[in-house]
Amino acid sequence: MIGIVSYGAYLPRLRLNRKAMAAANAWMDSALLAHGKGERTMANWDEDSITMAVEAARDCLTGQDRRSIQALYFASTSLPFADRQNAGIVAAALNLSEQLATLDVTASQKAATSGLLAAFNAAKATGENVLFAAADKRRTKSASAQEMQFGDGAAALLLGSGEVVAEFLGGHSASVDFVDHYRGQNHPFDYGWEDRWIRDEGFGKIVPPVIVQALENAGVKPDEVDHFVLPCVYGGVAASIAKKAGLRPEAVRDNLAAVCGATGTAHAVVMLVDALQDATPGQLLLVMGFGQGCDGLVFRATERLAALPGRVGVKGSLARRKEETNYLKFLSFNQLVTQERGLRAEHNPQTALSMLYRKRKMVLGLVGGVCPKCNTPQFPKEGVCVNPECKAMDPQEDYPFADRPARIASWSADALAYSIDPPAHYGMIQFDGGGRFMADFTDCDVGSVGVGMPMRMVFRILGVDEMRGMTRYFWKAAPVAASDKES
Amino acid sequence: MTKGIKDKVVILGMGCCRFGERWDASEEDLILEAFRECVADAGIGPGEIQAAWFASYADEINVGKSAVPLAVTLRLNNIPVTRVENMCASGSEALRGAVYAVASGACDFALALGAEKLKDTGYGGLPRPGRGTMQPLWMANISAPGAFAQLASAYVAKYGKNAKDVKQAMAQISVKSHENGAKNPKAHLQKQISVEQVLAAPIVAAPLGLFDCCGVSDGAACAIVTTPEIARSLGKQNLVSVKALQLAVSDGTESGHNSWDGSYFATTRIASKRAYEEAGVRNPREELSMIEVHDCFSITELVTMEDLHISPPGGAINDVMDGFYNAGGKVPCQIDGGLKCFGHPIGASGLRMIYEVYLQLLGRAGPRQLPDPRYGLTHNVGGVPYQNVCSVSIIGRLEA
Repeated sequence: MIGIVSYGAYLPRLRLNRKAMAAANAWMDSALLAHGKGERTMANWDEDSITMAVEAARDCLTGQDRRSIQALYFASTSLPFADRQNAGIVAAALNLSEQLATLDVTASQKAATSGLLAAFNAAKATGENVLFAAADKRRTKSASAQEMQFGDGAAALLLGSGEVVAEFLGGHSASVDFVDHYRGQNHPFDYGWEDRWIRDEGFGKIVPPVIVQALENAGVKPDEVDHFVLPCVYGGVAASIAKKAGLRPEAVRDNLAAVCGATGTAHAVVMLVDALQDATPGQLLLVMGFGQGCDGLVFRATERLAALPGRVGVKGSLARRKEETNYLKFLSFNQLVTQERGLRAEHNPQTALSMLYRKRKMVLGLVGGVCPKCNTPQFPKEGVCVNPECKAMDPQEDYPFADRPARIASWSADALAYSIDPPAHYGMIQFDGGGRFMADFTDCDVGSVGVGMPMRMVFRILGVDEMRGMTRYFWKAAPVAASDKES
Repeated sequence: MTKGIKDKVVILGMGCCRFGERWDASEEDLILEAFRECVADAGIGPGEIQAAWFASYADEINVGKSAVPLAVTLRLNNIPVTRVENMCASGSEALRGAVYAVASGACDFALALGAEKLKDTGYGGLPRPGRGTMQPLWMANISAPGAFAQLASAYVAKYGKNAKDVKQAMAQISVKSHENGAKNPKAHLQKQISVEQVLAAPIVAAPLGLFDCCGVSDGAACAIVTTPEIARSLGKQNLVSVKALQLAVSDGTESGHNSWDGSYFATTRIASKRAYEEAGVRNPREELSMIEVHDCFSITELVTMEDLHISPPGGAINDVMDGFYNAGGKVPCQIDGGLKCFGHPIGASGLRMIYEVYLQLLGRAGPRQLPDPRYGLTHNVGGVPYQNVCSVSIIGRLEA
């Protein structure tokens, strides 16, 4: 039996209030007021599709053995690197074995569903366990409808055989060069066509035949489907297509527009995870992905769904929320406004690639060492044990820190150091089992930080070398949210 | 058992330029200003100097690497000159080099000179230091105030203090230094301030406000050292001798091992103990006439009072509020204004501290002169609380 072994999701904590967005832009386009309801997810300045994919994958891998993973697929249309495998960075951050097949899937809003179909076919053929992550953080022009419709987010699935929580029953794909929008190479923003044409000629005509064929391939009748996932920013489209295809109206899943926004190619997987968090054993799920054609995948939830260890998922991510009403901050985080950042922002170090390679486990995987003599965990891993009572020169074993509980030992909120989101919070992070280092904090609110506060390590952007096109990643400490422990 | 440096070397002369935002001067000008005073005080010609140590930190914006800039600026006759760089403790390190050279017998006259031109960066605060190839891959986005501010968070947590009481004591520390600095014509900041002003100042790095941070200044200071015998042969009376020169360098424990709680300087505790032993000081609270400490930030001075074993653990706040470290107190601290007001031209600071103790011991400190000082301590830290170099020096009158 091939299917989904585990699932996870990650939506950024910040939620940009659409009323505030509309209020800022209605003077030039009053039509935007129609979009001014609810909120969208807004990535922090140090998040991108890679960091969000890492978080979703960590959530997905809760209680799973990472050594069982033989391949990692990463779907996104906002990959930070055009030539440096992005899936490889995700794999390194997850500290997966380097004996791993990795692949980026991109260039269409249906990249995630197409990648999923390919991954299932691979898993069927080889019996391999595939970690599948999808994430998007699409840049949009200020005062565009897309800016209000889109959100940032990621989801991940572990695919394999054996103990699956949802069996993959079958699917179907159609490829049609229907260009509802496009984003040319080196162009930052989408260029789109008329909404009514996209709705009627695109969704209305391309999706239904794929539903029919996918269900037929899976041996499922339309009215048997319990959860119908069709990401589409236009309200009512999923319902009308469901009606046309003979699906039950109550099967149509909410597209999360009011609370999240469309998370790009990740959205089909985000909505699938949301559905899996609601599903009961035996229920049937139909997942569609639209973009220059259409994909459809059919699943049946199994008895094991309830036995999966607790995780954040979409529900927990939505609960871990902080409202943002400062639209200008959104523009700033997305480099949509030219701001005076001060002379301190000019510092622009080159990245020593040979050093990065040598220290990749430390920098990308947050792997330190543990002394074989005194068992003291330490970061970084060094030649001489850091324990003043030991100082053994014996080679240390690898010791991953990313998932160890940590606390703040000392801290400051620094208004002097250059930061895109000042004040820069940082401090000494101390791991409960031993080990510490001076770390940047992220997702912190001014006035909420204190000594002893529990923190969780997260993979984030350390800095961007705009001159050379390099994004540097490392681990930061974020406050542990109550919802981090929820299921 | 080592014998230590006590009384083997005396200071023949010292010089220190006016510190501050010296828009008028380049580093070479500052060097010369301090050196002119120094050779005049020493009473020897520049050509008699046989070796020199040059402390300079920020070669990114200064005169550049190596000892050449000093040798060229002073036309030092091709003598051996060494550049030392140990962050903010570089000045003390230059002195250690010169003193050890004389003590070894390798030369009769050695020069220690520290200088820094900081006000050519285009912004306030320190220039961002070069960080090599590894640090940009993982190091937190820290500034100096943010690194030192963390002492306050850990100190409050450790002793269960009220953060407001600590902030109040920090304010008192700055007010005291401004009071002293107002009497020092060479100081960068010569205005008195009030506790209310300190507490109302904008926050730089919580909980440090503007007045909790020292001046970023241009300056230079220097010393010529020799043996007591040579000094006497030159007709010098009232000699000031080196009693102790200690340096303790972090071994990575603070930054990597959970035994350090973040509220103190492990290196200061060690260096000061060694210095007291070398100088024969048994009870620093009673025996020290004055101290010049590395008050880069007010919180640094607060915890340093305890790390120097003068105030009891957790007791520095009381001593500060009681005026123990004021000009009229038992152990005056920063009688020249300290880094806070005299200023902090990095490479020069260690020698500036020695300069003030030297003036006080010789009774030349003018309106801020202390009555009959005997032993003075200088404390000069480079780096950050979790990884630093700490120099503790003691100089005093050479009893005939």
